[in-house]
Amino acid sequence: MQPDPIQGNTEATLSVRGLKKVYQTDGGDVEAVRNLTFDLRSGELACLVGPSGSGKTTLLKCISGLMAPTEGEVLLDGKPVTGPPKKMAVVFQEYGRSLFPWMRVRDNVELPLKNQGVPKAERDRLVDGALEAVGLSNVPRSYPWQLSGGMQQRVAIARAIAYQPEVLLMDEPFAAVDAQTRADLEDLIRVVWKKLGVTILFVTHDIDESVYLGERVIILSSSPTVIQEDIRIDLPEDRDQLNTRSLPRFTELRHHVYEQIQLAKKGHRPAAASSGEETQLKGQHAG
Amino acid sequence: MKHLRNAGYILGLPVLLVLVWWSSTLGAVNFFVPKPADLVETFGEVWFGDRFFSDVLPSLARLVVGVSVAILIGVVGGILIGSIRWLRALLEPTLEFFRAIPPPVLVPVLMLLMGITDSMKVMVIISGCVWPVLLNTIEGVRAVDPVLSDSAHTYGISGRARIRYLVLPSASPQIMAGVRQSLSLGLILMVISEMFASSSGLGFTIVQFQRSFAIPEMWSGIVVLGLLGVAMSFIFQWAERNILRWYHGQKEVENAA
Repeated sequence: MQPDPIQGNTEATLSVRGLKKVYQTDGGDVEAVRNLTFDLRSGELACLVGPSGSGKTTLLKCISGLMAPTEGEVLLDGKPVTGPPKKMAVVFQEYGRSLFPWMRVRDNVELPLKNQGVPKAERDRLVDGALEAVGLSNVPRSYPWQLSGGMQQRVAIARAIAYQPEVLLMDEPFAAVDAQTRADLEDLIRVVWKKLGVTILFVTHDIDESVYLGERVIILSSSPTVIQEDIRIDLPEDRDQLNTRSLPRFTELRHHVYEQIQLAKKGHRPAAASSGEETQLKGQHAG
Repeated sequence: MKHLRNAGYILGLPVLLVLVWWSSTLGAVNFFVPKPADLVETFGEVWFGDRFFSDVLPSLARLVVGVSVAILIGVVGGILIGSIRWLRALLEPTLEFFRAIPPPVLVPVLMLLMGITDSMKVMVIISGCVWPVLLNTIEGVRAVDPVLSDSAHTYGISGRARIRYLVLPSASPQIMAGVRQSLSLGLILMVISEMFASSSGLGFTIVQFQRSFAIPEMWSGIVVLGLLGVAMSFIFQWAERNILRWYHGQKEVENAA
């Protein structure tokens, strides 16, 4: 039996502590995320999966420092995140809207480094390496919109890699590409992760994808969001689309995650969170 | 073959118009209607000489300075107003008021305040040309894609770098649309400012010709204005094609999909 991933937080790179996010709207407050706590160890590849509307994007925005949480905090290497940290890169779902259409592929990848004042020679090395790693060495002079969706997302991934982040956040990055491209990109992420040893938090709504990619899958409940379950994926290190997906263990894990998501959709909440809710309710009455 | 056809498209209608004009003025005509041959002759006499330096160039200089300053003010002001929420809330109602004032009514006022000077005329051009650029820039800055903005933010692109790499290029299609309007406005205001009070310039010369019944000369001045407008339009189109190459390319791809 492997140690519980939640316990193994001796060297947490990324810590999410009691995160809560309430949106204030004209129609009243909307609680998107209720109470989330988890750690990512250095070099971990974790998938965050949850039913649609479970606040995945909200959570990611809070982690990446784009949005301030209502309560709780996010720590990167022990330091609280108050704005987008330098050691973090984000890949968004909307590849068509996250690359600069007025810049060529190479300039897009280079821009964050240039902005940081990385010397030209070093920049060239990083950009070439990143483009090479995502298989795009042949198109540096193209504009992003001249490329297919899958290739555009590769550019976005190259830009993230070149930035040399400690933590790479990915917000449903392959939700808008076709199934075959998606399989290729999933394998690309595994390769990049192994090669660079970067910590990856991969948000998805695709159960198969989460099991195939992750070393660990964090299942979110429906909104207001808490953690439904946090499981370790004990599949072999080397994965490939055909063999891994036909392993009995893959089917078991997929089955389990699917079940949990279904429970989550029905409104089932883990015991710990329900009791937390009760105390909170009492607290509100008292107040 | 392709060039020939393009030339045909560009020159077809003008040639036809001149032919119609020429044939309908063969006989005796009204004193105020010019004949093509006379006009061509007058045109050369009037404009290829001292007048080019004493009237055409000063007018052009005022136009270029006025429009350039207007574009500069419009873009800088638009980026500030578009990015700073409280500034926008503070200024927008007032801007609508100033924008609604037709600039020609300012000519006599500016004349009294600034005298009959070149700066007065440049001021008239600026006061009219600044609005399309300013308002379009504000809109363009506000319409920056939120995902793109988040992307830039996560990579630490902020402050001046954000303006340079994100806001300005992103707003450039709208800015160019504003510039296009400003150019035609600028030509009109240049002429008007010179008609009121001046001792040189195209507007001044054309009014002089009118008053002295130098009819072919007056017509030749109007042709100069028309040619100026065409030249400006070509220069603009060339610049726009280069600056917004990415934008037109992206649109083409989107439309094809």
